[in-house]
Amino acid sequence: MKKEIRICGFGGQGVILAGVVLGEAATRAGYQAVQTQSYGPESRGGAARAEVVISSEPIDYPRVSRPDVVVALSQAGYDRFGQDVADDGIVLVDQALVKAEGVTSVPFTTTAEEVGRKIVANIVMVGYLGALIDVVPHDVLESTVLANIPAGTEDLNRLAVRAGRDLWLSNEGGNNGS
Amino acid sequence: MARELDYRRVMEVLGSREQFAQGDVACAYGAILGGCDFFAGYPITPATEVAETMAVLLPRLGCAVMQMEDEIASLSAVIGAAWAGSRAFTATSGPGFSLMQEGIGYACMTETPCVIINVQRSGPSTGQPTEPAQGDMLQARWGTHGDHEIIALAPASVQECVDLTRLAFNLAEEYRNPVLVMTDGEVGHMREKIVLPAEDEIELVERCPPTNKPGAYVPFRAAPGSVPEMASFGTGFHTYVTGLTHDERGLPATDDAEQHTRLVRRLVDKIRDDTERLTRVEVDSEEGAKVGIVSYGISARSAAGAVRIARAEGRKINHLRLISVYPFPERAVRDFANGLDRIIVPELNLGQICHVVREALEGEATVERVSRIGGEIIPPEEIVKALIEGGEQV
Repeated sequence: MKKEIRICGFGGQGVILAGVVLGEAATRAGYQAVQTQSYGPESRGGAARAEVVISSEPIDYPRVSRPDVVVALSQAGYDRFGQDVADDGIVLVDQALVKAEGVTSVPFTTTAEEVGRKIVANIVMVGYLGALIDVVPHDVLESTVLANIPAGTEDLNRLAVRAGRDLWLSNEGGNNGS
Repeated sequence: MARELDYRRVMEVLGSREQFAQGDVACAYGAILGGCDFFAGYPITPATEVAETMAVLLPRLGCAVMQMEDEIASLSAVIGAAWAGSRAFTATSGPGFSLMQEGIGYACMTETPCVIINVQRSGPSTGQPTEPAQGDMLQARWGTHGDHEIIALAPASVQECVDLTRLAFNLAEEYRNPVLVMTDGEVGHMREKIVLPAEDEIELVERCPPTNKPGAYVPFRAAPGSVPEMASFGTGFHTYVTGLTHDERGLPATDDAEQHTRLVRRLVDKIRDDTERLTRVEVDSEEGAKVGIVSYGISARSAAGAVRIARAEGRKINHLRLISVYPFPERAVRDFANGLDRIIVPELNLGQICHVVREALEGEATVERVSRIGGEIIPPEEIVKALIEGGEQV
């Protein structure tokens, strides 16, 4: 088993935190995982990209070569990385932030607003991705989220990661292309 | 006084033995598990997380962290702390490493144990702050002026950031020399699972204390190729420390050719003579290969990927990973290249260690390079392509 995931957006969206949570959850579930990141010199804005490779074997090259899943939380991220996927790869974009044809458009931001705050869109996305790649049990993913967020935001983040999972499940595998 | 790590207290601060951690953070963990009790630094991407982690953790162990005004002061503070008995280090990246060259030379000349972590980024000058590179590899060897030797290690994984930083502290103490941990922005910002050492795996090697009484102690007296005993300041011994050429008492002796020759030859030989002992390489060879890769650091991960792809295609290829880069493991590289026609050296620069490899091989095999700059690490396929079509000329 090997899964390559690329998440892109702009600085401040929690793209890198989302990658960290996925990678850490995978190691907690007994897999090998590497998370890498690249970002510009700005602390907010600018392009941010997180990559996660999850494998049952040791991982040599740590970067994503042919992503199984690309998630774009920004138009610029989609424009730059949206085409570069494996043949059977999946491209997910945020319904509110990215306009694109022939991809799966998911209401991460809208769901986050329904849960309570737009800021947890990345955690909604983590819940969705976790269910989609189906490698890490949800309870492991949820506890990893809770270990990586500021104290006092546990309830909001728990709701967010569950809402993301439910979004995937209710979409019957997410095959509801836009 | 023998130094022991209060393992229980340290682990209370570091947390769980198994973590999904970033390379920079792992360097900080390795330092603390290596007995570090002083850090001084100046923030710089992509090394800032080392300083941030030290600033959070070290005070909780009752030790000091100083943010200095620049990198010159950072290494100077480290050198001062080392003379006061500390196991001290700093962490920086290219521009800061350039500023530290004077301090590195001073530490070599005064035989001051210290560790410098260079999380390499793209240069020259301020270059690409957030992008990884391996462009300081020759500067690490020759950046400071004058004859000297250096010890440098190159982690290729987050686990090795822990392990090699720990090792760096012991080597610095044992050889009384700066030890460089030459990591890069990719390894520094990468996260992987690490397993911190168990209590019985911890060993702190210390500088050799004076065996004579105060008054009889001669601070820089040592046989050729050996390391003098070191009395820390405040322990009752007289020591004079200068970057000038000095006699065995540490006093300036700048117009004495014999004194200078004896001193500098000893500084060089204490490390050069121990090259075999300091050599750490990982070899992956198979019968019948005619081409090999010599790699280090993050590019070793690309090389391992290339070996996997090439072998799956039925091609034969060997791989040597340098874990210690300096003193350069000449014999290990020569042994590895024995019987090979071509050696490929992948690096995130336009050709640095490839020259050292070529010099070591003295024409025994052709040396080619796979060079990449700009920010992305080398895709394994580029190395496979060089295997088939040839790499760039060295």
